[in-house]
Amino acid sequence: MKPGLSRELIALRIVRELKDGMYVNLGFGLPAYIANFVPQNIDVMLQAENGVLGYGGVPTNEDEWDRELVNASAQPTSLRRGACFFHSADSFAMIRGGHLDLVVLGAYQVSERGDIANYARAGGEQFGVGGAMDLACGTKRVVAYMEHTTKSGEPRIVRECTYPVTGRGVIDTIFTNLTVIEVTPEGLVLKELAPGVTVEQVQARTEPTLTISEDLREMRP
Amino acid sequence: MNKIVATVGEAIADIHDEAVVAIGGFGGAGTPHNLIRALPCQGAKDLTLVAGAFQQLMGLPTASQIKKFITSYARRVTEVWRGCALEQEITNGRIEVDLVPQGTLAERLRAAGAGIPAFYSPVSVGTLLEEGKEKRVFDGKEYVLERALKVDFALIKAYKGDRFGNLQCQKTGRNMNPLMAMAATVTIAEVEEIVSEVDPEMVGIPGIFVQRVVKAEPLTIAWRFAMAEVGTKAS
Repeated sequence: MKPGLSRELIALRIVRELKDGMYVNLGFGLPAYIANFVPQNIDVMLQAENGVLGYGGVPTNEDEWDRELVNASAQPTSLRRGACFFHSADSFAMIRGGHLDLVVLGAYQVSERGDIANYARAGGEQFGVGGAMDLACGTKRVVAYMEHTTKSGEPRIVRECTYPVTGRGVIDTIFTNLTVIEVTPEGLVLKELAPGVTVEQVQARTEPTLTISEDLREMRP
Repeated sequence: MNKIVATVGEAIADIHDEAVVAIGGFGGAGTPHNLIRALPCQGAKDLTLVAGAFQQLMGLPTASQIKKFITSYARRVTEVWRGCALEQEITNGRIEVDLVPQGTLAERLRAAGAGIPAFYSPVSVGTLLEEGKEKRVFDGKEYVLERALKVDFALIKAYKGDRFGNLQCQKTGRNMNPLMAMAATVTIAEVEEIVSEVDPEMVGIPGIFVQRVVKAEPLTIAWRFAMAEVGTKAS
């Protein structure tokens, strides 16, 4: 069995970063899943590249799917109170112009300096970048939501990205199934550990040397 | 003034070989499915297509008309499209792909429509996509020069349209459509409904950017496939 938290529980941990009044973009694929867990009692405006602020989860009832209402992963979505629509240039002005508070990106690799690789595999096709490069620059806080290692156990948190880079020095925090890591000018700082996971286990699966936070906590969903 | 055209075929009849054609839409929303489906029959060859994503070309049964693809996403999005002719031609390199970050693509179209030949952007700096781009430092930060992207034709979709070319968009159906309309010499809009006059307060795409309006039954295709791969679950 894979150690640490499930993807659902990592999503719930990231949800704890969302505060009332924030404007947040959840990147393509895995991060889009977080939209299903945003609490109803706070106003968090989710922004999608394709032109909506204030979208919600995927309606469970297929009859509510609307062909003209999709999120940035092209899934049918719903609206929350206070939503609005706009075109792609305005959407990316919000992103590039630094108007968002938080961006959550999926990642293949994150380096110890906060470089992120999330659009193409090493030596593979480079046919899809979407809005990833735009999202990786401009926002105050960009975090990664990822599995700690590849399926074969190779570290995804590395000294230098070997996959094509999406943005340089942009990631502030990394959330994985094992841990929460802060990217600082002095290197990577281990902030939280998933229940039952040890510092040694995380270090063994992480290429750069980790500094242990004096304030090390349990990673709670 | 009457920009209404009777049929889809008539609306796209003059798209010529080697034309640069922008196609609006995102995830099926605001996607001119009827205009796209009419392209193979229309027969123009060696087209350069500009689109937000590959999935906009669903319904285009032939890849042989396409020479080049300018897009942010030329990758298979779902298993449903694995191995389709278009994907094969992209993978084997017969169709050239110019990969452009999505926001850069939107802004290049907007710039073309706004009379701005080029602009500096921070996006793609330090990545493989900065190759060949002129760089400049402003206030200590590096930027790349991006050129405006003018197109010959834009195929777009809106909710309502009128004889003046004014268009009302719906929900996330806006996406690249207004920008492509600005960037094009000839913009052809597929609409669900033709009205005597779109409420001036509701006009999302001003008629000055639109040359032809044609009514067509809206189609739903793309997003049901999207669910197949991304799913509502992360696992």
